[in-house]
Amino acid sequence: MNSTPFPTPEDSSNQGLINRLKRQPSSPRTLFNTVMTVIVFVCAAIAIVPLVAVLWYVLEKGGSRLSLELFTQLPPPPNALGGGFGNAFIGTLMTVGIGSAIAIPCGILAAIFLSEFAAGTRLANWIGFLTNVLSGVPSIVVGVFAYSMVVLTMGGFSAIAGGFALAVLMLPIIVRTATESLALVPQEARQAAVGLGATRFQTVARVVLPAALPPILTGVMLAVARASGETAPLIFTALFNNFWPKGVSEPIATLSVLVYNFATTPYKNQQELAAAGSLILVLMVTIASIGSRLIVKRK
Amino acid sequence: MVTSSHPQIQPILSSKDANIYYGNFLAVRDVTIDIPKNSITAFIGPSGCGKSTVLRCFNRLNDLIKTFKMRGRMNYHGQDLYSPEIDPVAVRRQIGMVFQKPNPFPKSIYDNIAFGPRLVNYKGDMDELVERSLRGSALWDEVKDKLNESGLALSGGQQQRLCIARAIAMQPDVILMDEPCSALDPISTLKVEDLLQELKEKYTIVIVTHNMQQASRASDYTAFFNVEQTDRGRTGHIVEYDRTEVIFQNPQQQATQSYVSGRFG
Ligand SMILES: Nc1ncnc2c1ncn2[C@@H]1O[C@H](COP(=O)(O)OP(=O)(O)O)[C@@H](O)[C@H]1O
Ligand SMILES: [Mg+2]
Repeated sequence: MNSTPFPTPEDSSNQGLINRLKRQPSSPRTLFNTVMTVIVFVCAAIAIVPLVAVLWYVLEKGGSRLSLELFTQLPPPPNALGGGFGNAFIGTLMTVGIGSAIAIPCGILAAIFLSEFAAGTRLANWIGFLTNVLSGVPSIVVGVFAYSMVVLTMGGFSAIAGGFALAVLMLPIIVRTATESLALVPQEARQAAVGLGATRFQTVARVVLPAALPPILTGVMLAVARASGETAPLIFTALFNNFWPKGVSEPIATLSVLVYNFATTPYKNQQELAAAGSLILVLMVTIASIGSRLIVKRK
Repeated sequence: MVTSSHPQIQPILSSKDANIYYGNFLAVRDVTIDIPKNSITAFIGPSGCGKSTVLRCFNRLNDLIKTFKMRGRMNYHGQDLYSPEIDPVAVRRQIGMVFQKPNPFPKSIYDNIAFGPRLVNYKGDMDELVERSLRGSALWDEVKDKLNESGLALSGGQQQRLCIARAIAMQPDVILMDEPCSALDPISTLKVEDLLQELKEKYTIVIVTHNMQQASRASDYTAFFNVEQTDRGRTGHIVEYDRTEVIFQNPQQQATQSYVSGRFG
């Protein structure tokens, strides 16, 4: 007698089906799964090793020298003790600031052109392609380029030349991330604005750009982080300076070049300053990255 | 083909022998239709027959599509909408649009409504306009305490009424709606339909709908579109256009009869 109105098949015919649902720890499929999971974990661990090692290294070497003095004093002469790299810290802020002042507006405007005004055209495809090429150009080549463009024409090494070189490095990162961010804004949002009688410019300025801002800022932060640590292009452009910066048209010290100069000297004090400089650079990049994360989260 | 033009009522939008192309593809042919003022006109028909295409021609939204071409005439108060002296942006400010998928901006409810008026530097009392628009779309009581919350936090039905309020805030003449209820639940759909009856006091409404009951319940005039295979692809056209009760109770065309009685489509 069935208690339900549905026909129930015989128990015996269900047994085979149910057996197939049970776990089979020794089947080839399960074993393969286990092995692959282990391999994935090992690879992930290997990938994290250099990251942890770098952090540990700069903390260990540079941590002991961490003090306010670093930011208020000039680098000491070779045999002296103490000192800091206040000029190089300010120099890094200045060159990165000049680079950002050029690259952020240019990059975002170029991205707006590519995704909102020229999307799908041949011109846009070419610019997109060239941007990708530019992002692959080694930074030392960018330095040589900035040297001939700015240093030779201005008649000397300068913060401006360094900032220009950094701008060239930042530009493709900003253009690419901003173009991608703009492309993520749903087409419906543009249609809604146009349907209400917004002009093209109003649509971009009031709807598309605000919606894309958080990921654009992430790209900007990435570019700033990348630029803060660049050394090669600055050696040809900003050079170095043992004194406080007096303006933007003179050679200027930067943290990355200071690390490069001091790490290879035989003097212990200089080496320690290089290590502390590395630590500050790593901290700056980390703060920029965390900042970009926070921006995305807030959205 | 029967197309009545109802001369006793002054048409606000009218189209004459319009052929609409996407590239070389003739999407809709021979569109001749007069849309009477302060009425609700429904476009019905199987998908792909060009209802949205025709609707979007009325406020020049198709201009955004590069391959789009229109031959023939589309008039608004007797003025050719496609004459070179006409600014499409100005047209869209007079002839608003509500889309199939509710698409509020990722901004506060207040800013969603104020968006359009701000585009034209509206000088009046913005708070008052926001309230009036939200009341006009029967949303005020539900959102009056949370005007600063995101428009995206509302339910689908509320979002669509927000989009209607946003269109009303521009104080347009005509509101075009492209399947505004297709993403809504039945209760929200009824709310929007009730709203349509209030809106037609002030505005002229053209609504595309897939829902036959909706067309027969909510509209005054109905245009039935169909689509036929021709040598240039699947081309849509208007089979019959008349008062809604005629289309549903006494259609002149066999195809209309079959469609409204649910025999195809
Ligand atoms: N942007 C476009 N580009 C090319 N063809 C399109 C475009 N939009 C619609 N079509 C075509 O035009 C015809 C009519 O489409 P549409 O107006 O969306 O029909 P409906 O709204 O009645 O379903 C269809 O064949 C569709 O594929
Ligand atoms: Mg459609």
